[in-house]
Amino acid sequence: MRKRSQRLWLIGAAGLLVASGVALAATALKDTVAYFYSPSDLVEKNAAQVGRSARVGGLVEAGSVRRGEGAAVEFRITDGSHVAEVSFDGLLPDLFEEGQGIVAEGRFDGSGRLVAERVLAKHDENYMPKEVYEALKDKAGAATPASYETRPAGAPAT
Amino acid sequence: MIAEIGHLLAFLALASALAQSLIGLTSGGEPARRLALVTSLTSIGAFGALIVSFVTLDFSLALVAGNSHSLKPMLYRVAGAWGNHEGSMLLWCVIMAGYGAAAALTMRADALRDRALGVQGLLTAASLAYLVFASSPFTRLDPAPLDGGGLNPLLQDPALALHPPFLYLGYVGFSFVFSIAAAGLILGRIDRDWARRTRPWALAAWSFLSVGISLGAIWAYYELGWGGWWFWDPVENASFMPWLVGAALVHSLIVTQKRGGMSAWTAFLAVLAFCLSILGAFLVRSGVLTSVHAFAVDPERGLLLLAGLAAAGGGAFTLYAWRAPKLLAGPEFDPVSREGALVLNNLFLSVAAALVLFGTVLPLFGQAVGASMSIGEPYFQLTLAPMMGILFLFLPFAQAATWRRAELAPMLPRFAVAGALSLLAAGVAFGFYRQSPWILPGVAIGAWVVAGALMDLSRRISPGGWVRALGLSASVWGMTIAHVGLGLFVVGAAVETAARRDQTFVLSPGESAEMRGRTFRFEGVREIEGANYYATEAQIVVTRGGVEEVMTPQKRFYPAAGTPTTEVAIRKTLGGDVYVALGDQVRETPGAWRVRLSHHPLIDWVFGGAILIALGGFLSLVSRRRRDVPVSAPEAAPASPVTDVQSGAEAPA
Repeated sequence: MRKRSQRLWLIGAAGLLVASGVALAATALKDTVAYFYSPSDLVEKNAAQVGRSARVGGLVEAGSVRRGEGAAVEFRITDGSHVAEVSFDGLLPDLFEEGQGIVAEGRFDGSGRLVAERVLAKHDENYMPKEVYEALKDKAGAATPASYETRPAGAPAT
Repeated sequence: MIAEIGHLLAFLALASALAQSLIGLTSGGEPARRLALVTSLTSIGAFGALIVSFVTLDFSLALVAGNSHSLKPMLYRVAGAWGNHEGSMLLWCVIMAGYGAAAALTMRADALRDRALGVQGLLTAASLAYLVFASSPFTRLDPAPLDGGGLNPLLQDPALALHPPFLYLGYVGFSFVFSIAAAGLILGRIDRDWARRTRPWALAAWSFLSVGISLGAIWAYYELGWGGWWFWDPVENASFMPWLVGAALVHSLIVTQKRGGMSAWTAFLAVLAFCLSILGAFLVRSGVLTSVHAFAVDPERGLLLLAGLAAAGGGAFTLYAWRAPKLLAGPEFDPVSREGALVLNNLFLSVAAALVLFGTVLPLFGQAVGASMSIGEPYFQLTLAPMMGILFLFLPFAQAATWRRAELAPMLPRFAVAGALSLLAAGVAFGFYRQSPWILPGVAIGAWVVAGALMDLSRRISPGGWVRALGLSASVWGMTIAHVGLGLFVVGAAVETAARRDQTFVLSPGESAEMRGRTFRFEGVREIEGANYYATEAQIVVTRGGVEEVMTPQKRFYPAAGTPTTEVAIRKTLGGDVYVALGDQVRETPGAWRVRLSHHPLIDWVFGGAILIALGGFLSLVSRRRRDVPVSAPEAAPASPVTDVQSGAEAPA
């Protein structure tokens, strides 16, 4: 095998692999990317289409949590101006409670409700999910939660 | 007082690191070596001062006040020192200086060592400057609070106390690989001797990183209460990218060491691995990406890290662009040869790393155009599974191939046996868990890798029988163990991901639930008190085949942090883990609780496989020490382009 043909097959193999990598990434992205919406986005952009996967974030509306059969739970997420209906069947995170900032991931059903596969709460007492903070910040008049960037003095940095 | 000494030592370390880089990059010799030791000792001193402050609960330090508490057990008081942004940056500096000192103590004294110490000094100085000027752990509070805020209870765990040090030994270990690559490029000497001396550092860093990532996965599995061990979270990806590039590097180094080939590519990977480590630090600490890890969220610090990445990466790649064209290609080889197979390995691993990078940073670009998106598990599974699957199909052939040109035909009967065994394993696994067809390819490929590795081992020892096994070098054992571990990991990951069962029940005392042939009877809850928490503990009697066992999952509350956590109960069995998590109380029905029951088949194969991979890496590292004889005579070699020992000068690539 001469040097030249060696380089040819090396470049060929690399090109083929990179091309298939790009193709893989493109097809995978088309089906799996989930955009983040605040409840207002859902109303304004009419984004709650059946079967679309999405992340919806905001505060758990006070008084909206309804427990159903077994572990089923329904609640509303609010950003101060609009609300989004969410249903979930599973164990809620430890820090889930009314008034708390959360992100629900899942797909929309026929009635525009998000059927959540995962519910994320802030993971310790000082932070809320960044997207939630920003979604709330955008809404004037919403009860602004403790600032996301600034921590109270002496609070854990982790 | 101790904190002030620590602060002073950090400044001394910074000065020493600067001197080390200046002398290492110019005259070198004994002064560079001594300065590397001084840098290391002073940073260890600074870190020691921080640990003492944490152990003695000096709440006048802002960091201690924020991350410790008088009720915290001793292990976590110590671990609290690195369970935060500032302390972990100091640990980063200590390990970086430590690698410099280790090199100063073990490497042969020559220009390569001196330049490597110089570059390492520069990296250490930059890290220390970032520490003392932008994130000092020694900032005082006045007045001092009476007690601290407590460490996040999720982090109060043995696996997580050890997770950061191992992760950093890996991440930061690539800094010395970077330094020695930069030194080789400066001297124009990326040759077989360079590869031989670089390989242990790359193996050490990569193996430590494997351990660190595994510890994190194990912790996530039992502490977060979801039963998952990998979430494709940006922070996890940040550690996975250097791991993939490191895996490519430890394989391409073999070609450079044994054949003098792929030298430019190897140097490129050596530089890239550490750049990805810094990128990881940036992603974790800047808060640019939404992550469950959300470390210190501070855009300004993030910007500084980005500047550091630009400087280190920019500098090294400029050096690379200048020097790499002068490096010589190794001897030619057939596509079907061990070189060819290792090139393929590198191509696959690099494309995989690029796919992970793309999926991790794409949301960043989405944010820039105003669309907040998340790219999760499905993307990574859809892209990485086929890439890795094909790579692993080739692995047994790669192990069987000889250098330069390989004849695989004589090996075909053995491959047929390995193939039959792997299909059998897939059939057996599918017989157990029929839920998902994905188990079939996953188990078949994993078993194929294991069979291929064992086949290769038997080929190596067959002429002399088992006596010969003792004579095999540790690197052969290392390779075999790592590849067997990889195969077991693939089997475990495929089965666990496809066949895990998860179900939430509402149970009142005396009620039972069924899952996978087991009956779970809920007996009720009781309140208990731990060292620094209160807990509600459930009694759940698990029955299978008449054998009863009690499992006690807890829900804990840490008053210092004001946070509840879930403490799952895990029962190990031959086929996998039975995993029970206690949810919350059902308000409508007194005495009833939500309980999640899960079954994680072959979960130990996932963790065991990962640990075997790391063990294999460490073993390969030891082997080199046993026959540490210079291949060529580099001392006499002029600082000129690579001289290839094997085949003399070749046409430039």
